[in-house]
Amino acid sequence: MIELQHLSKRFLDNVVLDGVDLRVDDGQTVALLGPSGVGKSVLLKHIIGLIKPDSGDVIVDGLHVPLLRRKELAELRSHIGYVFQAGALFDSMSVYENIRLGITDETCYRDDGYCTDRVRECLRLVNLAPEVAQKFPAELSGGMRKRVSISRAIAGKPKYLLYDEPTSGLDPVNADVIDGLIERLQQEIGVTSVVVTHDVRGAFRVADRIALLWQAKIRAVGTSEEILQSKDPAVHQFLERDLEMAVIQSESDDGSHV
Amino acid sequence: MNGVPVALDLRRDVGRWSLRTAGHAGRFTFLLFDMVRGLTEWRIWLPRMVEQAVNTGYGSLFIVLLVSGFAGAVTSLQTGYQFTGQLPLYVAGGVIVESMILELGPVLSGLILAGRIGARYAAELGTMRVTEQIDALESLGRSPISHLLLPRVIAGLFVIPPLIMFADTFGVLVGWVTAKSTLGITDADFVYGARYFFRPLDLWYSLIKSYFFAATVTIIPCYIGYNTQQGAEGVGRSTTAAVVASCVTILLLDTVITKLLLG
Ligand SMILES: Nc1ncnc2c1ncn2[C@@H]1O[C@H](COP(=O)(O)OP(=O)(O)OP(=O)(O)O)[C@@H](O)[C@H]1O
Ligand SMILES: [Mg+2]
Repeated sequence: MIELQHLSKRFLDNVVLDGVDLRVDDGQTVALLGPSGVGKSVLLKHIIGLIKPDSGDVIVDGLHVPLLRRKELAELRSHIGYVFQAGALFDSMSVYENIRLGITDETCYRDDGYCTDRVRECLRLVNLAPEVAQKFPAELSGGMRKRVSISRAIAGKPKYLLYDEPTSGLDPVNADVIDGLIERLQQEIGVTSVVVTHDVRGAFRVADRIALLWQAKIRAVGTSEEILQSKDPAVHQFLERDLEMAVIQSESDDGSHV
Repeated sequence: MNGVPVALDLRRDVGRWSLRTAGHAGRFTFLLFDMVRGLTEWRIWLPRMVEQAVNTGYGSLFIVLLVSGFAGAVTSLQTGYQFTGQLPLYVAGGVIVESMILELGPVLSGLILAGRIGARYAAELGTMRVTEQIDALESLGRSPISHLLLPRVIAGLFVIPPLIMFADTFGVLVGWVTAKSTLGITDADFVYGARYFFRPLDLWYSLIKSYFFAATVTIIPCYIGYNTQQGAEGVGRSTTAAVVASCVTILLLDTVITKLLLG
């Protein structure tokens, strides 16, 4: 379970999070929506302790993340996969080595045979060819890099997955593949995930619950029906604009098939 | 009228500067502790260290020899210019060997390596910081200390002292050849002069210096690169700061070590 309790964070005068409460039950997927710059990435980084809160608490797997010692934090992190918004691939290493570093269990990590198989498997899951393993990040397209970073995050078979815009910059087909992957990981392995996204359609597809981060607070949280029926003007303003975009996008998708 | 605000400003600047310095000192000390603690994870840093050592070692050999060779030649020429006719020729042998081993070899190599190795380490780590690669490593439960910092620092400690020894030797050889051809000193005289002034402590002194310099041009740039902030400009700033800080530290250490060991 991931639980944020009254989380607050500011950078100098910029209040990014102001008393945020959010709960993700085991095996659930929560999609986090919100306008650009509202603090979605900052919130996600609190969950793995890359950013320390000014006040409030972050509880993951029963552990208070801000209070953990380094060893304990490393141990916890090895069960959490994090997909960085900009990929954050190790650019002096091949794709193979990147994904291999994602295998957090030390015994498995040292086993060459296991790693080869696992890397191939993880590439397949994100719809990439096995040959990609020999390339370097600089030789990949933006969308391929994104998918490699998803591979790296899932390589260690984590219990928790935090995705920071996993489908942004992907074509609709590959975005669907990733949404499908997120769903499958939840259904088959029971992964608990938080998905930060701008893609409202994708969010409705993969998430059990949807949360809207708005002006430093969680403005609304609930199942997709609850969110759609919400009377809150902020929710409407946000959803309508994005749904309009989605409609336009799906129309143009249809157009391309003709 | 103007005195008060200026004084206040100055006091505030000094205050801010002291805070920053204290902050750096604290974080630097913590990093040193972390590195010592990380030594137990040799399975991680050892293979990466070997890779780094091969890279930096071969890569730096040429420039270090080039610089020490020129230093040897110039020392030789200047010794000739200053002493010819006033002191016996064999003195040149002593002056060349002693100045290469005691000062020029270690210090010039250290300064060059601050540019070559230090700048590289700071830029690499700085880029990894601003592109979130260090965060990514941590998000996988892996320690940046044992994956990134220790391999670089230990590689430097392995490679730099031998490099400096090569530099000492090469500088002496070039100085010797130059002295022979321009001053007409005989091999026998050169060797006699070198032996006459040489003490075994000199070699130890040179070696000790080279270890301190090796630590300086690796640890300081790693610290600065690791703490880089804000984009490409931040990486540039870190790289410059790493080279300047390493060079200044080398010169300071040079003075302190000399005072302690020879003073
Ligand atoms: N390390 C930092 N130092 C200072 N301010 C920061 C830092 N990281 C983020 N911020 C600020 O926090 C706010 C939220 O940033 P964040 O990256 O979380 O936005 P976001 O919701 O992920 O936006 P996007 O959808 O565009 O990725 C921004 O105003 C940003 O300027
Ligand atoms: Mg973001």
